[in-house]
Amino acid sequence: MNDVSRLRRAWDMCAPTATIILMFVVWQVLVEAFHVRQVILPAPSAILEALAAQPGWFMQEGLYTMLTMLIGFGLAVVVGILLAILIVEVKLLENTLYALIAALNSVPKVAIAPLFVIWLGTGYGPKIAIAFLIAFFPIVIDSVLGLKSVSKEMLDLASSMRASQLAQFWRIRLPTALPSIFAGMKVGISLALVGTIVGEFVASDHGLGYIILTAQGTFETAQIFAANILLGAAGIVLFWGMTLLERRCVPWHASQRREA
Amino acid sequence: MNASVLEALSLAPKVAAAPPAAVHIEATGVSKQYGAKGVLALDQVSLSVREGEFLSILGPSGCGKSTLLRCVAGLERPTGGEIRVHGEPVRKPPANMGVVFQRDVLLEWRSILDNMFLQVDFRGEPRGRYMERAHELLDLFGLKGFEKAFPAQLSGGMRQRAAICRALLANPDLLLMDEPFGALDALTRDQMNLELQKIWSASRRTILFVTHSIGEAVFLSDRVVVMSPRPGRIAMTLTIDLPRPRRMMVREMPEFALYCGQIRALFGDMGLLKDE
Repeated sequence: MNDVSRLRRAWDMCAPTATIILMFVVWQVLVEAFHVRQVILPAPSAILEALAAQPGWFMQEGLYTMLTMLIGFGLAVVVGILLAILIVEVKLLENTLYALIAALNSVPKVAIAPLFVIWLGTGYGPKIAIAFLIAFFPIVIDSVLGLKSVSKEMLDLASSMRASQLAQFWRIRLPTALPSIFAGMKVGISLALVGTIVGEFVASDHGLGYIILTAQGTFETAQIFAANILLGAAGIVLFWGMTLLERRCVPWHASQRREA
Repeated sequence: MNASVLEALSLAPKVAAAPPAAVHIEATGVSKQYGAKGVLALDQVSLSVREGEFLSILGPSGCGKSTLLRCVAGLERPTGGEIRVHGEPVRKPPANMGVVFQRDVLLEWRSILDNMFLQVDFRGEPRGRYMERAHELLDLFGLKGFEKAFPAQLSGGMRQRAAICRALLANPDLLLMDEPFGALDALTRDQMNLELQKIWSASRRTILFVTHSIGEAVFLSDRVVVMSPRPGRIAMTLTIDLPRPRRMMVREMPEFALYCGQIRALFGDMGLLKDE
């Protein structure tokens, strides 16, 4: 690697961070220059103060939201992939269940959030259910697409080698589907976070969504921004984590290959 | 060139010699119809392949030549007739068989060496037993040093070489090849023909080779079976009596040209080649 490309690599790493820092600086300067009222748009320094005032509280509620989200997402991954396998293996399910899932996917899932409160109360339950439901659709749909993308010749090859159906699944179908499954999970994990917050908006006494809702009631705008910045950071970390996991699991996938 | 001229040249289709004792593949009256009233891909095809023979099935697109190969491979069931491999009726893919398809179908997530071991892994056998042979094959096909490379890093020709290595790893006595060089450029294709002939000469396993290239079929084969378009029937069986090992310049010999001319004349009679 020469100096120019090393410089480029360093720039690629730093540029996004530098952009975010620059945005906060401009924000701070503008708010101070135009004397914007705190309740309309607090300066970054004020948001930082709000965070620093109750770090334990933000941390605790943030963890609550994350935990709820991860349970919902985890369930969506397990159920979504298993269901996708069933749909691909059983022809009848493809024309019934999969058609139903594809149709339901166009229903705005957050609109049925209040139903879950009626069914499951106000604890973890409804939030997990909403996070699950909203993340489940992209995972199951992308997994089905991936599992079906195995070429006929590839399966012929496996048959000519007298491989069992199970061996074909583990050694050919699943690895072929992995890039698609990951695409679904990357969309799903962002959506799961949205679902959790929606659940907390509807009925909750915990979580970042709850902080946002109560802060709105008391016009603590800085707290709303603080919670949102935490959510944004969590979203970035989660997506980044999924990307790392994808690189580990599907290093061969074309979109993962770095240009030489 | 018409039939009477060919007869005058005493190169008209020869009647196949009496079948020798060791028959490897025996197809009797094999038909394949898709759907109850669907396309008849194969119509009453009978064919016998001797052990150690290099036999090509040649024909235009859609003549059912691939279907015939797939039936021999046990990947499809004929709707009529029967295929026997070593006297056993084919109901599922026979053991001791390697298949090479037009596309190399290498698994992108496996290295070249791991791709070769796919069948061994399917069987759950230890790899050690085949390791020496794997390296011999890679060496033979000029893939030494690429054991750890992934398919995406290889050229089309190298990928297909790896696919052939994979088919040969378990040392099958039957190799089925379905237009294996169809996707390669002309020069690479010639090179692959030479390499295939070399390994066939060395081991004398039976090869059933499907192609639509007249030159390729004549160059490689002991016998060429020419098929007519839909419904697929055997139109001619041609014994290629050219000395082996055949070098590239065999293709410039008048005998070679006459064999090719005979096949082209047949395609002309079928109305597949209009040469005004």
